[in-house]
Amino acid sequence: MSEATLHAERAAASLRLERGLVVLAILALIAAPFFVYPIFVMKMLCFALFACAFNLLLGYTGLLSFGHAAFFGGAAYFCAYAVKAWGWPPEAAILLGTVGAAGMGLVVGFLAIRRQGIYFSMITLAMAQMFYFFCVQAPFTEGEDGIQGVARGHLFGVVDLSIAMNMYFFVLAVFLIGIFAIWRIVNSPFGMILRSIRENENRAISLGYSVDRYKLVAFVMSAALAGLAGALKAIVFQFATLTDVTWQMSGEVILMTLLGGIGTMVGPVVGAGLVVGLENTLATSGFPVTIATGLIFMICVLIFRRGIVGEIYARWLAPAAGGEGGKG
Amino acid sequence: MTMIFGIPVQAFLGQLLVGLINGSFYAMLSLGLAVIFGLLRIINFAHGALYMLGAFIGYLLLVHLGIGYWPALVLVPLAVGLFGIVVERLALSRLYRIDPLYGLLFTFGLALVIEGVFRFYYGVSGNPYAVPPLLAGGTNLGFMFLPNYRGWVVVASLIVCIGTWLLIEKTRLGSYLRAATENPELVQAFGVNVPLLLTLTYGLGAALAGLAGILAAPVYQVSPLMGSDLIIVVFAVVVVGGMGSILGAIVTGYMLGLAEGLTKVFYPEASNLVVFVIMAIVLLLRPAGLFGRDA
Repeated sequence: MSEATLHAERAAASLRLERGLVVLAILALIAAPFFVYPIFVMKMLCFALFACAFNLLLGYTGLLSFGHAAFFGGAAYFCAYAVKAWGWPPEAAILLGTVGAAGMGLVVGFLAIRRQGIYFSMITLAMAQMFYFFCVQAPFTEGEDGIQGVARGHLFGVVDLSIAMNMYFFVLAVFLIGIFAIWRIVNSPFGMILRSIRENENRAISLGYSVDRYKLVAFVMSAALAGLAGALKAIVFQFATLTDVTWQMSGEVILMTLLGGIGTMVGPVVGAGLVVGLENTLATSGFPVTIATGLIFMICVLIFRRGIVGEIYARWLAPAAGGEGGKG
Repeated sequence: MTMIFGIPVQAFLGQLLVGLINGSFYAMLSLGLAVIFGLLRIINFAHGALYMLGAFIGYLLLVHLGIGYWPALVLVPLAVGLFGIVVERLALSRLYRIDPLYGLLFTFGLALVIEGVFRFYYGVSGNPYAVPPLLAGGTNLGFMFLPNYRGWVVVASLIVCIGTWLLIEKTRLGSYLRAATENPELVQAFGVNVPLLLTLTYGLGAALAGLAGILAAPVYQVSPLMGSDLIIVVFAVVVVGGMGSILGAIVTGYMLGLAEGLTKVFYPEASNLVVFVIMAIVLLLRPAGLFGRDA
């Protein structure tokens, strides 16, 4: 009994600690643009949202998609095209990108969930590569140049996004809403069923859940949120190019999630920050980024599978948070 | 001039030959993937990089040591196979007990490193590798002109594929391999050194990729990017064929290469997409793949 209450107290303490850290992080993000180059922080936030969306699928449903760049980059194209060719306002264009990515997610997901495990990954990779070839040839993407000179426009016709600070706080707001949505999904009854699929798919089936439908819904949600991140990035950087739909981009988001910690809420954010920061540093040093990325991949898989945040949880927070199910 | 479906016969057969050549490489690479996957349960993302490594080693042997095509045909698979053995011993052997997805991620990282190193030193432009003098020129078959080297590639890849198939289906070593695929613990209990078998299998798969690379060197340009472009198509081939059967992987490879060649004749814009479209159709109609047995 006493041990149980001790556990409960420690769990509550670690929860308080977590909440405190989240508040601190949000305050830091509000203050960040006054100290750091805003574009750089915005890039981090876009990729962090992308990685969290990806983690919704890998970390909480156990599905490794190797084609998430298609949704990220596809949405960027839709959004950029809507702004440039049709003169849409940014909020509508971002919405279009998100919906478009969800539609693509429905098609790719429908095909990919027909196979499991490693085949699932290969199918998503192949479908994303098909979309890449489509983007290379389709006239609306403007080929190698990409869609450039996308106007940031006025948010809801009022807020001028060409002002850096306005843009920043809009990105921060979308990022926080996106993360909150993922947090809600993960901790809902729906999220619990996703986790049960991750842990033991056959048991989930035997409990009467139509696993395929849950997987597909999770896939579409993940694709839509990845699309939100991609569309946002197109508005921030004012262009959409082939880079965002390549398989290297799909690999990058996997790396962010793996490095930060698969299946943790904060991990992908940390991972995205580190990878974006590292790439920025390497860009000026002349050391090839792919070698660094590849090495981090290999090291993570060999000795660091829990990732940074996962490792912190396991070392310092797990006795409190995870103990309830273990020994109690 | 004779026409088939409104296309000159020459052009038609020419594209079919290109398709057959591509199919030869799809077959050799998906065969290697299937052999590795069968025993190690790892999808070798580095297969494209090993193929590129093979072509590059051949190229460097020629440029720096003056070692020509024919010795390279033996040396390159040995070198790449040895590299594979080292990788398996140092890293992959630690990943067998965990989720197979980590094997995919590790080999993905490995592929990035190999590719990154060659990009760093040799840039992204292609380097030509001359066709060996013995196979230079071409033969007039009456209905078309066949470059000798391309004919050789088709023959060589058939020999490699059939040879590997015989090795696995008809020899004692192959029977150990197949048994270990079904139940490694039991085979180990019978006194077969399964860890060694795993190492050799990855080495064999890597050597096959290296051999495909040196065969490809005179056909395509030797470039650091040649592998990654190919590997994703080969993944689609593997999804279509299913990795349950070696023969399935081979047949699917040739078939999809030919399908790609045919598409180039009739609708060139879609030739990059056709393999993926076929994959999607197969997934809709026969989710387990054409030759698949897996759930």
